Amino acid sequence: MSQASSLQSSGQSGLGKSTLVNTLFKSQVSRKSSGWNREEKIPKTVEIKAIGHVIEEGGVKMKLTVIDTPGFGDQINNENCWEPIEKYINEQYEKFLKEEVNIARKKRIPDTRVHCCLYFISPTGHSLRPLDLEFMKHLSKVVNIIPVIAKADTMTLEEKTEFKQRVRKELEVNGIEFYPQKEFDEDLEDKTENDKIRQESMPFAVVGSDKEYQVNGKRVLGRKTPWGIIEVENLTHCEFALLRDFVIRTHLQDLKEVTHNIHYETYRAKRLNDNGGLPP
Amino acid sequence: MPFFLVLQSDDLRNLSLSGHVGFDSLPDQLVNKSTSQGFCFNILCVGETGIGKSTLMDTLFNTKFESEPATHNEPGVRLKARSYELQESNVRLKLTIVDTVGFGDQINKDDSYKPIVEYIDAQFEAYLQEELKIKRSLFNYHDTRIHACLYFIAPTGHSLKSLDLVTMKKLDSKVNIIPIIAKADTIAKNELHKFKSKIMSELVSNGVQIYQFPTDEETVAEINATMSVHLPFAVVGSTEEVKIGNKMAKARQYPWGVVQVENENHCDFVKLREMLIRVNMEDLREQTHTRHYELYRRCKLEEMGFKDTDPDSKPFSLQETYEAKRNEFLGELQKKEDEMRQMFVMRVKEKEAELKEAEKDLHEKFDHLKRTHQEEKKKVEDKKKELEEELNNFQKKKAAAQLLQSQAQQAGSQQTKKDKDKKNFF
Repeated sequence: MSQASSLQSSGQSGLGKSTLVNTLFKSQVSRKSSGWNREEKIPKTVEIKAIGHVIEEGGVKMKLTVIDTPGFGDQINNENCWEPIEKYINEQYEKFLKEEVNIARKKRIPDTRVHCCLYFISPTGHSLRPLDLEFMKHLSKVVNIIPVIAKADTMTLEEKTEFKQRVRKELEVNGIEFYPQKEFDEDLEDKTENDKIRQESMPFAVVGSDKEYQVNGKRVLGRKTPWGIIEVENLTHCEFALLRDFVIRTHLQDLKEVTHNIHYETYRAKRLNDNGGLPP
Repeated sequence: MPFFLVLQSDDLRNLSLSGHVGFDSLPDQLVNKSTSQGFCFNILCVGETGIGKSTLMDTLFNTKFESEPATHNEPGVRLKARSYELQESNVRLKLTIVDTVGFGDQINKDDSYKPIVEYIDAQFEAYLQEELKIKRSLFNYHDTRIHACLYFIAPTGHSLKSLDLVTMKKLDSKVNIIPIIAKADTIAKNELHKFKSKIMSELVSNGVQIYQFPTDEETVAEINATMSVHLPFAVVGSTEEVKIGNKMAKARQYPWGVVQVENENHCDFVKLREMLIRVNMEDLREQTHTRHYELYRRCKLEEMGFKDTDPDSKPFSLQETYEAKRNEFLGELQKKEDEMRQMFVMRVKEKEAELKEAEKDLHEKFDHLKRTHQEEKKKVEDKKKELEEELNNFQKKKAAAQLLQSQAQQAGSQQTKKDKDKKNFF
């Protein structure tokens, strides 16, 4: 298993994706910080921008690729705008497959497959949009999707709970399996733990920020408003800390395993079947 | 013959009064009359589902307009208009709120602006129809034309969406557009300033004409000028009240603080209310009538072929034009009628010819069949005769054969007798 991880963030423009990814890795890892500025026009078609970083903590080095999809959902006509993204994900599987079937293989196959896709839901307070449903329906079959409610500081506590319930119900009704998928729970312990996450915490309602402020003598990441400071890592304010622990501290390895054992294998089986049992 | 001399001077002379006449009560008379008639105001709210349109209306008018939140599954955009009677002091207001249901939800939003434009045009059309009637009652007319369009911009913090620009561009020549930033409590102060400038510059560079608060009248010029600097207004709506200090105020309660709707440091709600309702409501109505409606009327009438002046720049009278149009129309009707009649006659002739042909065919067939039948009959008769002849021949032969046979038998029996005799002789 490689020490490389790929994280993709998708959603309409203006939902705070880049800020959140920066906050997740406490580092300026998003596209916005690598030479892109806010004044750039929204692209006319969906683009895929992948930027690689190496980050280190406690002696552990991690190669992190952050993938952004600017232009998704921003056009007036967004039909099939998820197709370039699906294509990109499948291309990474294809690359891996080609390496795997080589006679003289590299010791460590470079893993560019997408391990996790954070899908940002707009906090309308009502329910999911048709575009959200279409995207997640198509992509949950090829990649681990973690739905996230963006800019959660726009909802009060009651609005948040209601919205989350409604989103969960809609995802269920539409048969969208987001990560952690029920069918891949390995044992009872996993199942109970994941059930709790699935039915209560997800989708995580997050707020991102890369600015620090002084609160009660401590420096915390937050957003300053005339009526108070929103602390990003305070669990009573938003669920950013839950998301971070989930993606990085507890389930990062599992995300990679599910990608490798399930999504990649599904792709591989389909490819070989299409090719009549022969490698491509 | 009487001689008329008309003395006309274009200069108006200023006169001073030597006592109180009393026409200074005209404004009061006007006010009384208007108040007893009541006012009407129509607002159109354009914005994505869930952006806070209904809540803002409730907050602006301090009441709860009954409505259910819309789903995100509408297949297209439709407009829902609701009228309410409000009263404050002794002033009655007939308020109509038009909502764009389903705006921004579809995957393909190419046609999203169309229902909105159609609705606005339909209201203008209704008014125009009333105006052109012979027996009309304009003073009694329930004016449904949209006086103000509040365009709700999503608080992304970046810039306008392409859908926003396209829609506003289609609406700016038809209605007074007032862009506002919705759910503004999600944007931090420093980001808000950048966002506002970006929006305004995008509107200018795309040539979108938003409503300009009037600065020609001295009573409102100053306040309008100061307020215009804060456009677009960043608003927060709430109908729930939270205790602040020792008063109840409209606010939104978060774990990290309370956003007060009427606190000017928190959001621009108060500014919007001032501008929309307390200062410029009448100007909005006037602009709708004198600018947007007139433009519509002009385009419509020109489309119908009316002109104010003919090619020689002599003014047409509407009546003459009407007459000419009417005659033209009647002439066309007549022509069409003649055409149809001709076509009908031609068709009848064709059908007749067809039928005759068919009849002829039938006759021929009948004759042919008859002949065939005769021939067959004759053949059968011939055959019958042959058969009878043969039968006769056969009978004759049979008779002859029988005769021969009986003769032979007789001869045979004689011979046998002879033989017997011969035997007996020996």
